[in-house]
Amino acid sequence: MEPILKLFTDLLPGLSQLPYWLLATLAALIAALVLFGFIAVFALFAIWLERKISAHMQDRLGPMEVGGWHGWAQTIADTLKLLMKEDIIPEKADRILFKLAPMIVFSVSIASFVVLPWSRDFIPADLNVGLLYILSISSLAVIGILMGGWASNNKWSLYGAMRSVAQIVSYEIPISLSLITVILITGTLSMQGIVQSQQGNFLSWNIFHYFPFMFVAFVIYFIASLAEVNRTPFDLPEAESELVAGFHTEYSGMRFAFFFLAEYANMFIVSAIAATAFLGGWLPPFSFLDFIPGPFWFFGKALFLVFVQMWLRWTLPRLRVDQLMYTSWKVLTPFSFVLILIVSFWQLLTL
Amino acid sequence: MEMQEVLFYAIMAFTIFSAVIVAFANKLIHSAFALLFTFVGFAGLYIYLSADFLAVTQIIIYVGGILVLILFGVLMTQDIYDVKAIAAHNPLLLSLGGGAFTAIIIAVLISKKPWFTLLNKEFAPTTATIGKLILYEYLLPFEIASILLLGALIGAVYLARAEDKDK
Repeated sequence: MEPILKLFTDLLPGLSQLPYWLLATLAALIAALVLFGFIAVFALFAIWLERKISAHMQDRLGPMEVGGWHGWAQTIADTLKLLMKEDIIPEKADRILFKLAPMIVFSVSIASFVVLPWSRDFIPADLNVGLLYILSISSLAVIGILMGGWASNNKWSLYGAMRSVAQIVSYEIPISLSLITVILITGTLSMQGIVQSQQGNFLSWNIFHYFPFMFVAFVIYFIASLAEVNRTPFDLPEAESELVAGFHTEYSGMRFAFFFLAEYANMFIVSAIAATAFLGGWLPPFSFLDFIPGPFWFFGKALFLVFVQMWLRWTLPRLRVDQLMYTSWKVLTPFSFVLILIVSFWQLLTL
Repeated sequence: MEMQEVLFYAIMAFTIFSAVIVAFANKLIHSAFALLFTFVGFAGLYIYLSADFLAVTQIIIYVGGILVLILFGVLMTQDIYDVKAIAAHNPLLLSLGGGAFTAIIIAVLISKKPWFTLLNKEFAPTTATIGKLILYEYLLPFEIASILLLGALIGAVYLARAEDKDK
């Protein structure tokens, strides 16, 4: 909280005369609104980007009409359509849980933004347990998905939710294990501390530490994070050809939009964690590029990883359920255990 | 009132309200989902005790593990939604008596020791201390617990696979 409060009082010195509780509440409210705006704008941009990338990969044009230049306003038009759509709740659905599910999924996404370090001074809350906090928060989303799938009272929704939960729970293990190697090297759970321990040019980033072992850890994290956000090749929970749309089959209008926003926000979050833990966060690749502010590097790295996610989505086919479980339990998990052993052994040798 | 106190009472109310739903909801599935809010509220209370690591682990283990298990258990039980589960089965007199006894015990305990002093504790990071204690002073209990858990894990896998062998 303190860095944000400092930012506020620096911008508007008059604010510091307010009582602390009012200032803290105001700052938190404004920060939450800014985050919401960021997620909304980012999702608009990312959906447009995804359409264009998919179109170019499949040798077609994609949206070209709305807005003039390469259809940049297409997602804005789509959002307006979603906003004006009728809000339909199925008659046999469990109304309370049905309404609660998108709220939980979306608020979990917003809550993850709390510990992302944007620059040296700008991090909403530099928690002492930052990395663990993000891992714990992501397990809340599982419950939201299960809630939505159950409350819809629809077999596709329920199957989608069950698959999604099984997948997220399995892939949480390689994610945590590959992040443990980072914690072993940096010796801290604080996101800001992890970035600061990678000072120097790009060779001192964690991804090039103990080459090639940390690079493998990064690849494991990246594959598992794809599964965590239900992206192809791990999009079984939403497999259109068999499950219609998975756990949000029955959702329409604004409630569906919240699931969608959360999905794109989650893409950004897992990429931002990868950028923080492995790619040096807000640090520039060469120290003479210091004059460019941190948020540029942080956002650039995260956006690049989001692009790779989209690239993979339109390149790879979907896995089968048994292949999905095989990848997690028999490939990624043992490999990350071996990595932990090697990294801790190497650390002991170089103590 | 201090800001922190207001927040504390808000979290308390939130936790207790969701716990009441867990206990008295007519549909079992609502109880199971309300547990989510109870667990999150508990994590908030742990932060008030300056136990940040414990709060985060509470969410990882209870929400990410135990609650998912409970939910799957509830979802896979037949006719869970249509049958009304009655929350109170016990005769009124017995439950009132039991409640009164528990209340007396708690009242006596409270009156003997003041237990609100913890609220004023400084917020200090605990993760490093916990790690050092586990790996230096309490290494043996920690390892024994992990072997026990490993045994449970292998046992669970064996039980889950046992049906296949008979066929």
